[in-house]
Order: sequence, then structure tokens, then C-alpha cells
Amino acid sequence: MTRTKSLLKVPVVMVALALLYLGLIAGFSHNPYYMQILNMAAINTIMAVSLNLINGFTGQFSIGHAGFMGVGAYVAAVCSVFYKIPYLVALLCGALAAAVVGLVVGIPTLRLKGDYLAIATLGFAEIIRVIIVNIQKVGGPRGFLGIPPYTNLLWTYLFAVGTVVVISNFVNSSPGRACLAVREDEVAAESMGVNATKYKVIAFVMGAFFAGLGGGLLVHLLSIAHPTMFTFLKSVDFLIMIVVGGQGSITGSVTAASFITVISEALRKFEVWRMLAYSLVLIMIMLTRPQGLLGGKELTWEGIVNVPGRLRRFRLPKVGGGRVGTTGH
Amino acid sequence: MLEVKDLNVFYGGIHALKGITFSVREGQVVTLIGANGAGKSTTLRAISGLVKPRSGEITFMGQNLLQVPAHKIVSLGVSHVPEGRRIFANLTVLENLEMGAYTRKDKNLDEDLKRVFKRFPRLEERRRQVGGTLSGGEQQMLAIGRALMLKPKLLVMDEPSMGLAPLLVREIFSIIKEINEQGTTILLVEQNAHMALSIADYAYVLETGRIVTEGPAEELAKSESIRKAYLGH
Repeated sequence: MTRTKSLLKVPVVMVALALLYLGLIAGFSHNPYYMQILNMAAINTIMAVSLNLINGFTGQFSIGHAGFMGVGAYVAAVCSVFYKIPYLVALLCGALAAAVVGLVVGIPTLRLKGDYLAIATLGFAEIIRVIIVNIQKVGGPRGFLGIPPYTNLLWTYLFAVGTVVVISNFVNSSPGRACLAVREDEVAAESMGVNATKYKVIAFVMGAFFAGLGGGLLVHLLSIAHPTMFTFLKSVDFLIMIVVGGQGSITGSVTAASFITVISEALRKFEVWRMLAYSLVLIMIMLTRPQGLLGGKELTWEGIVNVPGRLRRFRLPKVGGGRVGTTGH
Repeated sequence: MLEVKDLNVFYGGIHALKGITFSVREGQVVTLIGANGAGKSTTLRAISGLVKPRSGEITFMGQNLLQVPAHKIVSLGVSHVPEGRRIFANLTVLENLEMGAYTRKDKNLDEDLKRVFKRFPRLEERRRQVGGTLSGGEQQMLAIGRALMLKPKLLVMDEPSMGLAPLLVREIFSIIKEINEQGTTILLVEQNAHMALSIADYAYVLETGRIVTEGPAEELAKSESIRKAYLGH
């Protein structure tokens, strides 16, 4: 990719994103239910992409993402309601608080590996939830009501795009490479002179920051914050998104976050069978694409342009084969 | 260049290195040979800061390595080709090599990439292929190439012959000799004593955590007891 070509790409992508936004507004703004789904898709994108940085790119198994979301949500809500801090500043406060908590939690727990780290992050998220339940000032178990509904599609959309831009730039930067090296082989990374702990903590803190941002957006969208919104099951939702999208693929996370948000709403017509149908969809995806929809690859412009050529060469894929419309990173 | 003095390492209650002393002089190939469990890899792990010795000294170009954290030792110019190669399996050959230069301040990698590709033409052919799909010999070349990207003063190699066919072992060793002839000092740890002695200047024989014999590699290769114990003829 030449420099001029990539410089040209920026305005093209911006125009495309703006058109997409206008298209979404034109198509769905008449129906608040659809708008809500779009907002949730954008927030889930922020959550999935930020979790992917920790799990997919740095190879750490965190299942406490909802905990960071909760911290961001409540701090942002407190800023808005009690201190009347402007919306964007409140969101930033929530995100920073989540990042600080990420740092405090990350330094001791990132010495752990695999299952142990998973249990530690799970425990952390539960602690956050229990703390919230016991703070009467923010409603405790009744929930925190009366948060001004400042969030709209423009903000969720902008922040989702921003998150993707920041995290994909990070992944392709020198520290991002270090994170990839840690994921691939921690010992080899150390012997290349990569300070593994440092980069694990950086990824963890960045992930927590954006999770906190997502939390702030969410509570200003629903105008309520409730401890049950940030349970273990919520963390699992985000985990499902990155596994379905493909760990280590940002475009995969975006696709899966939107897809899962929409599909879980679309399945409402199955009523009591909804969760069963949802599980079936997930099982089907995992059976046919165990590496996730994009499986660590990115959806690129070049890949999309090449689709006709690839389709011509397309054979029936073996399980885990076939990668239409994607190219290597 | 590298001085190790009276090094003692324990794994829990197990006394793995019982006071070993050796040195590597600039421009040499020095080899540590010995059977499984003799303490060869432990010695290297101590040099690269991955295990903390209980007592002893390790100095590299006058600097005490025991006070330097593992990831900083690399930037002093000690580059490690780890046992079992440990290449980044999901990154391409090119990305693996770039990773090797991670701690370098200057980012003019093109020249060094050219140098590595000149030595390993096979890697250039496969620069876009992911590391995990290379053959064992190619992976070893990649691991060596990756370590060379750092322009090391001392190249530490742990069992480069491991898991390779005899023909490839010979090729890898002639490459190691070439690298040395172009000015890189090498500390080589091997079970394949025959090959190691054939390219080394000086050798130490380790047995259950102690150095039992040392001497110029040529002499050791001729010595009766060494031939019986390690060379099998």
C-alpha cells in the first residue's frame, strides 16, 4: 500500500461512514425501536472491539468486561446527575475511572495465565457489581434513575468509529506488535526484549477505558443504570461477540457485535424459544466457522473488491476453510 | 566478553547448577555440551535473566547481568535463539523478523532484512507466509534470522539442531560458523556434541550441574573419554 493511496483512503472512508450514518437515520429514525437497536449495536461494537484488544490481540483471557462497563456507567451517571458535568466530560470521567480500575486490577492479575486470569477477572466484575448494589447514594439494588438521556445515534456511532480507529491504529503500531508477540509466545517475546507484563497491562487498561466509555453511553441512552445490567452474563455476551467475529479481527468484532445485537432482537418472535434459537444460531456458526466469522483476518477494501475473482475460484469449503472477501493482514 | 563465575541455581530443592564458571571471549564460538539434564539450558536461562541464580556472577562486557531485567538484557546486545525455535507461528516471516528488531532504536531495517535474506534465501521466498507453516529447518533459520535482526554482540543459541534432519543440521551449523566468521560471538548449547565441537573454538562439558572438562574444541573432539561418552565412537 503506497502512502498516497492510504492518504486517499481516509476521506473516502469518512464519506462512506457519513453516508452510512445518514442512510441509517433516513431508514430507521421513524421507529424508536429500530433506533434503539442501532444504538445498542454501536455500543456493543465498542465493547467487543475493546475486549478483542485484550483477548484477541494480546491473548489474555478476560471475562470481566461488564465490570469495567459498570464502573464507567456509574461514574458517568454520577457525574451527570449529581455534579451536572457536561455529557462528554462525564463520559470521559467514566472511561478514565474504568481505566484506573483496569490498571489497579491488571497489575496483580496479569501475572496469571489462562483459566486463572479468567477467574480473577470474573471475580473482579462480581466485586464491582456487589459494591454498586451496596451504595445507596446511586440507588443500590433499585438502580440509578433519572440519568439524562443525552445519548443518541450520532454519539454512539461516532464513538464506535472512534474506538475502531484508535484500537486498529494501536494494533498496527509498535506497541501493538508487542502485544501480538505476547499473544503468540510470551517467552519468545521476552527474548526479543518485549516487556510482556507492560504490554499486557497497556492492552488491559485501554480495553477497560473503552468499556467504561461504552457503559457511560449505555446509561445515558437508557437513562437508568442498574446492577443487573453488568453481570457475568453481560461479560459472556461480549465474549460471544469476539469469538463469533474471530479473535484478533477488528472488523470481525464489528460485524459480530452488530449481527448478534440484531439477531437477538429478531428472534423475539420465537418468544420463550428465543434463547434456544439464539443458542442454535451460535452452535451453527461455531460448527461451520470454529475460528469465527473472520477468523483473525480483516475485512479489507482490497478483499471486497476481489470478491468476484475469489468467487470464481470458490470451491465447497472444508470445515474451517473458505474465506470469501477477506485478505491477510 | 561474557564471564560466568561460580553460578549456583536451584529449582526448589534441586541444585541444578553447582557452581559453574566459564567465559566466552570476543569473536569465539564457545559451546556447552552435555547430556539431558546436565544444566545447559538452565545456564542459558540464567544468562538471559529468566531464572534468578542463588549465588554467583554473570558479567557481560563489564556489566553485571544479574541486576538487569530479562527484557533489557536484549538491548545490551545479547540475542537469544530459544530452544524449540519459538517463532511467532501466526505472524508472517517478515513480521517475525521485524519483531526481532523490536528493541532497536533506529528503524532502518531494510539493510538488515536484506542481510538476513541474503543468508537465508528461503526466507525471502516465503516472506509473506506465516511462520507456523514453515518446515523445521526453515523455522530454525527464521529463529536465527530473527535474532540477527538485533545485530547482537553475543548470539546465544539453545539446541539449534533439535528436531532437524542430519542434512539440515549440517547446513544450520555451517551457517552458524559463517555468522561467527563475520564477527558475532556465539555461545552454543548442544546435545549434538559432534557437530558442536566441529565448529567451536572452545568447549565446556557439563555433567549434572558441574563443568567436568574444558578445553579447545579440537582437543576435546580427540579425547578418548569424551569420544566414548558423547560421540559414541
